[in-house]
Amino acid sequence: MPEPVAAPLLEMRGISKSFPGVRALDGVSFEIRAGEVHALVGENGAGKSTLMKILAGAQPADAGEIVIDGKAVQIAGPRDAERYGIAMIYQEFNLVPQLDVAANVMLGREPVRAGGWLDGGAARAVAAAAVKQLGLELPLTRPVGRLAVAQQQMVEIAKALVRKARVLVMDEPTAALTDREIDHLFETIRVLRERGVGIVYISHRLEELPRIADRITVLRDGRVVGGGRVAELPQHEMIRLMVGREMDQYYPSLPPLDPTAPVVLSVRDLRSGNAVRGVSFEAHAGEILGMAGLVGAGRTEIVRAIAAADVPSGGEVLIDGKPLHARGPRDTIAAGIALVTEDRKGQGLVLDMSIRENVSLPHLELFSRRFGFVDRVGERRATRGLVQELRIRTPSIEQRARNLSGGNQQKVVLAKWLTERARLFLFDEPTRGIDVGAKSEIYELMVELSKQGAAVVMVSSELPEVLGMSHRIVVVRDGTIAGVLTREEATRERVMSLATTAHGAA
Amino acid sequence: MGTTIDGKAIEQRARSAAVRAWIRYAVVAAVLVVLLALVAYFTRGAFLDPGNLINVLRQITYNAILAAGQTFVIITAGIDLSVGSLVSLCGVVMAMAANALPFHGVALVAAVLVVGALVGGFAGFVNALPVVRLGLPPFITTLAMMLMARGLAYKLSHGRPIPVNSDAFNTIGIGFTLQGLGHLFKLPGIPVAVLWMAVVLIVSGVVLARTRFGRYVYAIGGNIEAARLAGIPNRRVITAVYVISGICAAIASLLLMARFQSGSPQTGFGFELTVIAAVVVGGTSLFGGSGTIAGTFVGALLIGVLNNVMNLANVESYTQDIALGAVILLALILDQVRKRIWS
Repeated sequence: MPEPVAAPLLEMRGISKSFPGVRALDGVSFEIRAGEVHALVGENGAGKSTLMKILAGAQPADAGEIVIDGKAVQIAGPRDAERYGIAMIYQEFNLVPQLDVAANVMLGREPVRAGGWLDGGAARAVAAAAVKQLGLELPLTRPVGRLAVAQQQMVEIAKALVRKARVLVMDEPTAALTDREIDHLFETIRVLRERGVGIVYISHRLEELPRIADRITVLRDGRVVGGGRVAELPQHEMIRLMVGREMDQYYPSLPPLDPTAPVVLSVRDLRSGNAVRGVSFEAHAGEILGMAGLVGAGRTEIVRAIAAADVPSGGEVLIDGKPLHARGPRDTIAAGIALVTEDRKGQGLVLDMSIRENVSLPHLELFSRRFGFVDRVGERRATRGLVQELRIRTPSIEQRARNLSGGNQQKVVLAKWLTERARLFLFDEPTRGIDVGAKSEIYELMVELSKQGAAVVMVSSELPEVLGMSHRIVVVRDGTIAGVLTREEATRERVMSLATTAHGAA
Repeated sequence: MGTTIDGKAIEQRARSAAVRAWIRYAVVAAVLVVLLALVAYFTRGAFLDPGNLINVLRQITYNAILAAGQTFVIITAGIDLSVGSLVSLCGVVMAMAANALPFHGVALVAAVLVVGALVGGFAGFVNALPVVRLGLPPFITTLAMMLMARGLAYKLSHGRPIPVNSDAFNTIGIGFTLQGLGHLFKLPGIPVAVLWMAVVLIVSGVVLARTRFGRYVYAIGGNIEAARLAGIPNRRVITAVYVISGICAAIASLLLMARFQSGSPQTGFGFELTVIAAVVVGGTSLFGGSGTIAGTFVGALLIGVLNNVMNLANVESYTQDIALGAVILLALILDQVRKRIWS
């Protein structure tokens, strides 16, 4: 079939963007034609979100240009994006839950009568027309907060239509939908396509792309590595393109796993909210268990449920064979579980406290004298020891956590859990956003902990890291375990395939 | 250390931070000296009279004690609006207890204080309960308590001050102590109430700065989620700070009752505002996580000095309110500007 000759509606040419320590986008070119669905795929961190943020005016590009209708334009903010007819539907909707459907659809362009009075009738009429054009049925006068997720998504689409959007970016639109709702969404997308809207479709669910997308662009490490018409790009080829990255990190050699090592952590049919739907696995003493999966698959929620950061809604967690009935982190800390959260500033550190105060926080009882006084001498000695052991670069242990670099902050978070060695370490994205040197040190620390007989569970979105640092790999998909691979079995393709495909059969 | 370029840069930064801290202290000291000179000039020396200085201390006693309790609350990013009403409720209940209990002398004072602390502590517990269990904002729960406690105080006292019949409270009301120290300044001594204030401030300061509980208070205000994940019993600590604030209200109330020989439902009206002002002027952030008792004392002192100076200068009381409000605002603006410049 020949390529359609329509001139592109919107072109991004040679877009580059760097963050401290990372080149997020490197000369990416991407185009959208009127009336097509263009899928953008790539691993976690490949650069899809950054590219779309630049398109939305949420971040400036370092280099490159955006061309609309053949003219170069500047998109300096969300207002510009709206003016050029670019609309975004993020996974987190931008809706006001208390307002009704019509008010949300018309938000920011409310029709007014003379004197500035809101014209509710006109608003409902315009909203109703938009909803009808999409072939939808929505209760216009119901507060959006009381609608199902799929209906809220439709409100977002109607909102884009009222704004005369010509380019609509949808980020993981099917992530929270049932199969029937997905069918419905695809019908709506086809309506938009017939109306000449260009749709950028970001999804991790590769198997749905042939049903909805016309073209595909694959990003990896901030570059376009391939793409083409969806019909000409089989799924295994997409996966190969997505994961084919070079090893750029040294991983310490893992000591062999002792087959007789006792089970430290045993998880049985664990459930937590909507995100964890019956998960069972085990981790042994001296084992580093990698936990792979896509963003939003439920990995973070699994480790948080184990540590009772969110109290599980069902199932069982056993430590050394003993069932744990934890009502909060206090109980799991006492049981020897250490959770190193993903969000170190939001959940790991008290930024205005010193290194010393942060490090001793979970185990302050160890540094207590009579009448609850803090043994500051002991506290200082222990902190100095850990600062040296972890090679935290700081002029003093009294430095505020806020003033440290990302890698050093992460080391302080780790140090918090080393004053009293835990039985089980749960690391959630332990190396995110830190430099290569600090990464190596954290890997070595993980190996050291496992050698000392602890079990380590490491959630990571970096495939090479999971492959390089795990004795076994648990792959999570949609809140359940999609498969468990041994170090020998694991390849990037197999992990990615389990993570992205419903039946893991690619 | 200092073996790598990185280390050197960090050390240099630390050294310049220390230098900046000293410059800051010097600036503050210079400003204080100038202010004092101005004050002395405008009050024709009356302000610097030792008798007047002791008077200032005596006047700020209640505010400083309440502010010490409030400091705990505000460091956890909370607020306690009920302290003024709790002063009146505790005062009424303590006056009734003083007339009813079969004790004399120091035993009566102690027993009455226990009764007051139970009332104030229980009110603090009630303040905290919906906050820790349901996540209600403390602004609302303590506002409700402010109304309820005031109403209860009026109901119990039928709207009239309850005179205290015993003279056991005279010592803490109007007595002096440490005569030797007082004679140095040609005074009868240090007012007993001021000594109470000193004890409350020192104990609060030590608890906040040196104990595990104090550390938890800062951690909760600094990052409540990190505190929870570190296994800190957030609910218990938050409950405790409101109980502490309530007990401080009882102590302040006891001193007021002793001074006026009665428990009145009208005392303490509007106290919560000057209390919060003292805490905030003293450098405690309303967003939580930082603040000290020493700062709070300075805040209370500043407000007290200002009132005193304006009284000595015969400034009309309405004008005093305007000036006080302006000074509070100015103090906070200066503090914010300073943070911007130095960071």
